[in-house]
Amino acid sequence: MSSSTLRSSTPADALSVSIRELSRRFGDRVVLNELSLEIAAGEIVALIGPSGCGKSTLLRHIGGLDSPTDGSIAIGGLPVTGLDARSAIAFQEPRLLPWRSITRNVEVGLPRGKRTSADRDRVAELLELVKLSSSAHLRPREISGGMAQRVSLARALARRPGVLLLDEPFGALDALTRLSMQDLLLDLHTAEPATIVIVTHDVDEALYLADRVILLGAIDPTESAAHASIRSTVVVPGLRPRDRGSGDLAELRAELLEGLGVPTHHLSAR
Amino acid sequence: MSTLRTRVVSLNSGTPVLERPLVGDVTGAPVPVTSEPRPRRRWVRATVLGGVIPIAVIVLWQAIATSGLVPSYRLPTPLSVWAAGVDLYERGVLYQHIAISTQRVLLGFGIGAIVGLALASIVGLSARASELFAPTLGALRAVPSLAWVPLLGLYLGLNEDSKVALVAIGAFFPVYTTVAPALRHVDAHLVELGRSYGYSGPALLSLVQLPAVVPAVISSLRLALAQAWLFLVAGELLGASLGLGFLLVDSQQNGRIDRLFLTIILLGILGKGTDSAVGLLERFLLKRWGS
Repeated sequence: MSSSTLRSSTPADALSVSIRELSRRFGDRVVLNELSLEIAAGEIVALIGPSGCGKSTLLRHIGGLDSPTDGSIAIGGLPVTGLDARSAIAFQEPRLLPWRSITRNVEVGLPRGKRTSADRDRVAELLELVKLSSSAHLRPREISGGMAQRVSLARALARRPGVLLLDEPFGALDALTRLSMQDLLLDLHTAEPATIVIVTHDVDEALYLADRVILLGAIDPTESAAHASIRSTVVVPGLRPRDRGSGDLAELRAELLEGLGVPTHHLSAR
Repeated sequence: MSTLRTRVVSLNSGTPVLERPLVGDVTGAPVPVTSEPRPRRRWVRATVLGGVIPIAVIVLWQAIATSGLVPSYRLPTPLSVWAAGVDLYERGVLYQHIAISTQRVLLGFGIGAIVGLALASIVGLSARASELFAPTLGALRAVPSLAWVPLLGLYLGLNEDSKVALVAIGAFFPVYTTVAPALRHVDAHLVELGRSYGYSGPALLSLVQLPAVVPAVISSLRLALAQAWLFLVAGELLGASLGLGFLLVDSQQNGRIDRLFLTIILLGILGKGTDSAVGLLERFLLKRWGS
């Protein structure tokens, strides 16, 4: 991808993700086993599953941070062969450079090269989107965890990625901040409609944000949690923003939690 | 620095919408109360307080030296040390001794620090280079400094080269042993972050690793400078015709205890002076690169 397309001022199009029979082994340990998944452009997909089931590994493969033992991944129909400017990742930890201001941290996400006035406008626009314009000059140690995670999101969006990869982005935040971050993420998705793949441990978060929730884990119960593949897919009904207290979601929530091996003591209405 | 903070939480979002340290607030908002004195007054107070003990020592020294408790060939008076300094100055040799020693220290420190930084970068960034170099350098480091003097004397002669080389060896190790592990232990998360945004090689180095080790580099330079003075005196004690180390030996052999005291005091002042210069650099760099 040439840098001129990355620098265009119109929002980049969301891109589809196509995962075909992806396997990843670390030595003898099978982490992902022949996993296939199609994600439409602009869709929000949540990956959930028990710890160590390969959710993050799958995400890293889509971002080109890891390469598959077998199988293939394509973004927008073109294969992923390594680090890829079509996608951008945000981690559980904000990973801000402590010696740089908020503005200069967001700049890290821009395509490399000489900074232009368009770049400066882009960073200002992103800081506006994540409501951090008044803190742009601060250093990371001077801001809260929620603010740092917003910087991390802004940085990921800076290069106008077709696919936004989020690895438990709100996992370390307090419950209230997490809820407001979820709404912020939906606002960002409206403003910059990239495809979003989000790894989370939080079933409520998955149901609130995603079009589809993918439950990962071993299909054969005798295998360990690794050896993961797709155990079930839940298509979440209703348009966003969703009612956090909806009865339909409560049913799905119970179903997913049971799938994760957590007894819910939920009395089904039906 | 005070870390007073305020946090205003907006109730509808639950997110802190304003959180900034109010001390030194760049927006010019009212700076809240702080019990710290103004910088200038603090500086004056530090200077006055820092001077108390040296002055007390000089007074005590004068008292003991003039009381007759200690014979003057064992303890000169402060005034006679001053006079010895004036005497050497008037004969034009004091400046020479100081200049040549300072030159050796600065040259050796510069060479040692640059080589130390270069090798530390290689060993700190490449696991293979580390396996190749680290054991050898570790063994060389264990050699006591004075063991090099005869060898350097033979190879390079009892001249400037051998002394500068000895000082360089002294300055090299603190830099190498501090910076190499610092580079190796740069937060792997930040390195991965840089990579995932397309940075690699020198670009990644200047984005993440170098800024991350700035504090370690500075503290290693201060250590290296102290080591440089140590190695300088060691080198000059064992064979020189000029320099403060030579002045020490010469004064000892001639029983000039006033000059011995003078030289020791000069070494203290010079060492502290160069250390303060690095300290200024440190303040500047940490402001820019500190977290």
